[in-house]
Amino acid sequence: MMTMPKSLRTLLLFIGLFVGSAASANAFTIQEVTSPGGIKAWLVEEHAIPLMAMNYSFKGGTELEPAGKEGVSSFLTGMMDEGAGDMLSAEFQKKRDELAFRMSFDAGSDFFEGGFQTLTKNRDASTDLLRLAITAPRFDAEPLDRVRQQFLLNVKDKEQDPPTMAWQAWMDEILPGDPYSRPDDGTEATIAAITADDLKNAHRHIFNRDTLQVAVVGDITAKELGPLLDKVFGGLPEKAPEQPRLPEAKPAMGPKLKVIERDMPQSVIAFGTEGIKRDDPDFIPAFVMSEILGSGGLTSLLSEEIREKRGLTYGVSYGLSPMDRVGLYAGSLQTKNESAGEALDAAREVIKKYAEEGPTQKDLDEAKTFLTGSYALRFSSNGAIANQLLGIQQQNLGIDYVQKRNALVEAVTLDQVKAQARRLLHPDRLIVTVVGRPQGVK
Amino acid sequence: MTLFKRLAPVVFAVLAAAGPARALDIDVTSFKLDNGMQVVVIPDHRAPVVTHMVWYKTGAADETQGKAGVAHLLEHLMFKGTPKHPDGAFSRIVRANGGDENAFTTQDYTAYFQKVMKDRLPLVMELEADRMQNLELTDETVLPERSVVLEERRQRTDNEPAGLLNEQMDAAMYTAHPYGKPVIGWMSQVSKLTRQDAMDFYAAHYEPENAILIVAGDVTPDEVKTLAERYYGPLKNKRPTPERLRAEEPPPNAERRITMSDPRVSSPNWQRQYLTPSARQLSQREELAMSILAEIVGGSNQSRFFQTLNIDKKLAAYSGAWFDADQLDYGSFGVYASPNPGVTIETAEKEVDAILSDVATKGVTQAELDRSRNNMIASAVYVLDSQDKLARLFGVALATGQTIDDVKNWDRDLSLVTVDDVNKAARTILDRKASVTGVLLPEAKSQ
Repeated sequence: MMTMPKSLRTLLLFIGLFVGSAASANAFTIQEVTSPGGIKAWLVEEHAIPLMAMNYSFKGGTELEPAGKEGVSSFLTGMMDEGAGDMLSAEFQKKRDELAFRMSFDAGSDFFEGGFQTLTKNRDASTDLLRLAITAPRFDAEPLDRVRQQFLLNVKDKEQDPPTMAWQAWMDEILPGDPYSRPDDGTEATIAAITADDLKNAHRHIFNRDTLQVAVVGDITAKELGPLLDKVFGGLPEKAPEQPRLPEAKPAMGPKLKVIERDMPQSVIAFGTEGIKRDDPDFIPAFVMSEILGSGGLTSLLSEEIREKRGLTYGVSYGLSPMDRVGLYAGSLQTKNESAGEALDAAREVIKKYAEEGPTQKDLDEAKTFLTGSYALRFSSNGAIANQLLGIQQQNLGIDYVQKRNALVEAVTLDQVKAQARRLLHPDRLIVTVVGRPQGVK
Repeated sequence: MTLFKRLAPVVFAVLAAAGPARALDIDVTSFKLDNGMQVVVIPDHRAPVVTHMVWYKTGAADETQGKAGVAHLLEHLMFKGTPKHPDGAFSRIVRANGGDENAFTTQDYTAYFQKVMKDRLPLVMELEADRMQNLELTDETVLPERSVVLEERRQRTDNEPAGLLNEQMDAAMYTAHPYGKPVIGWMSQVSKLTRQDAMDFYAAHYEPENAILIVAGDVTPDEVKTLAERYYGPLKNKRPTPERLRAEEPPPNAERRITMSDPRVSSPNWQRQYLTPSARQLSQREELAMSILAEIVGGSNQSRFFQTLNIDKKLAAYSGAWFDADQLDYGSFGVYASPNPGVTIETAEKEVDAILSDVATKGVTQAELDRSRNNMIASAVYVLDSQDKLARLFGVALATGQTIDDVKNWDRDLSLVTVDDVNKAARTILDRKASVTGVLLPEAKSQ
């Protein structure tokens, strides 16, 4: 599959969230821990191996970047291990390597996320450094210019990367002018102009306790976690400065076809329409509906027709992408230029038939057994569990969601799925973008 | 090369650089079934989940001349059906039981795996054992799948200038040995592969004595033994597995350079690979000295490359070094640099050569060795959090002629490496005659 822009990555998180939940199969217990200083976290204790994973996030990602500063959140992710407090970049990184902890950051469209893993024996010293990094990052000139060179190469590379081009064009068509359709990492012009003050400003707006959510899994007790949370996050400001509340995004409707001509053997095709948000009351039936039609594996209706029967692509997927201010429904495939028209027509045909007839009872039953049976697979490592728990918090699904989720999927009826297929599938209104030299597309 | 991309496995280079630390004492049991099939069990009771993998000790380097890509095509076709489970039933059954699955092919091995709830382990064993010997193919299933593989090749290689360059670099590196042809195969040969080609490869290589079963997760060795004897035990070896005699490389007498310009390339990129022995031909101490060399040269922000190319001279935005000997016959030591905007390839390359020459002639320091070794040991522990990665660590080792003890003794052997070992590794490896340099350049757009 093609790499999606960050604005569509919620789709992947969401699949991760939903693919699975044999409630009885999950042996672990989620505790809600509140630190002495009032910071909340979800914790799963797992003492079998001497490691701890912590995932956390702040509300407000790339969509809140000021105009002209596009890419500043991504840039910030690259600067978080380049010195903090009194420690210059080299000293910080040397210490990090010695302690062997892992620290990562990701700027999504709705959330700015952090990941952290440490060995139990180094936990105190590692979290001292984590605290320093997130509360007092330095933006010294040397690392700033060095990291800028990396981002300039990244931006140039993405501007020529066919899947990124196809998705960028698709976002520009469906959400013209909306912050969601900005390039993830900014442009050469914005990256060239970002200053230390811009980074400080972005850091001040993102790193605040009021939107902080935390999931911890591994070799730590609830009693130990409380003080750790206060140490790491307690020094952050309570609230972000006032930020403008962005209005709901308004997706454009197709049909629309945009071709970006590029000399290469295979066409990269992105397609889709408006979708729904996660808080839609019919979200779960809609999700089951979309899984049957276009989940990434070999057995979806789209894959059976376009890959298995016709041999036209290595992979086709089509799925819901719920975000904070809009829901989208996006798909992609790659096929040789000569068969671009045939593959796209075949996709439209499959979607049309499914919209009209819906799945068979057998299709639905098989999808349910897969979705419920595989839930536990998403909880088989510390890192994976932390990732799931953070996602559940971000979507406000509740601490008992892991236990409830399979029953929600089980309860979906054939009529509900058919209704969602009729509601959400509009094969005659697709927005389609193609990069390549496609033949026969319309 | 994998069956489909969504579940693509982690990159093996990551595992080549890291390994489990011995202080952690991985709980692993191994035994053989009467038919010669090796079984490896890695218990992990944290979740009621198991990873079930069957590795065949065969891959693209075992293909006959003119049939490039048949090992990988067969991997795709293994999902098509048997008399007992026809018409793609394999994937539907795994899915209906809530399982994840995928497969991958390399030069030396082909592996199939499922991740399922522990009570489904007998089911996936039954399916996997069935398709080891009863695959049934028709032109109706083979021809569309061959087209899928051609699309996979276009997606991974032909649409990607970096993919095309790497393919050419491999072809230049190996003058006689089959590692010079891509795992996915050349377009001209893959497009002519037939049902019979796939069946011939299947008949020659898919036998119990040529396979390794690895089960990681919520099981005991006794449980796995009972199940493996029930499902895999009855399989008979139909013919002796062919010896893996591949053509030896002649002595490398000249360095090679591949330059490719393409309008799809945004910025220049430089890389070089040196031919090395494979892990099984080296003592583990020698192999680890080479891994440490890669770490010292370009494995972290403290490395020689980063300190000089990225920080002091501001020539490169990205740089690094890696070593991978997890193949049967040869390994590679690689270095790369992406010049900063405005810096030419020639300037960056000159500095890289100066650093490498300095390492080869003057050697490394004890402090560099200690720091690199500590970094490697400390971060190796993270592999324990993933049953998939643990399973793969053992699978790769066994499929490339290494042993379970090699994996278990990783940290002990690492602790033995001396400055002299690393310096010897540098002198041995960094021979330009045994290298291929690859340069990727932008080109004025044709439109």
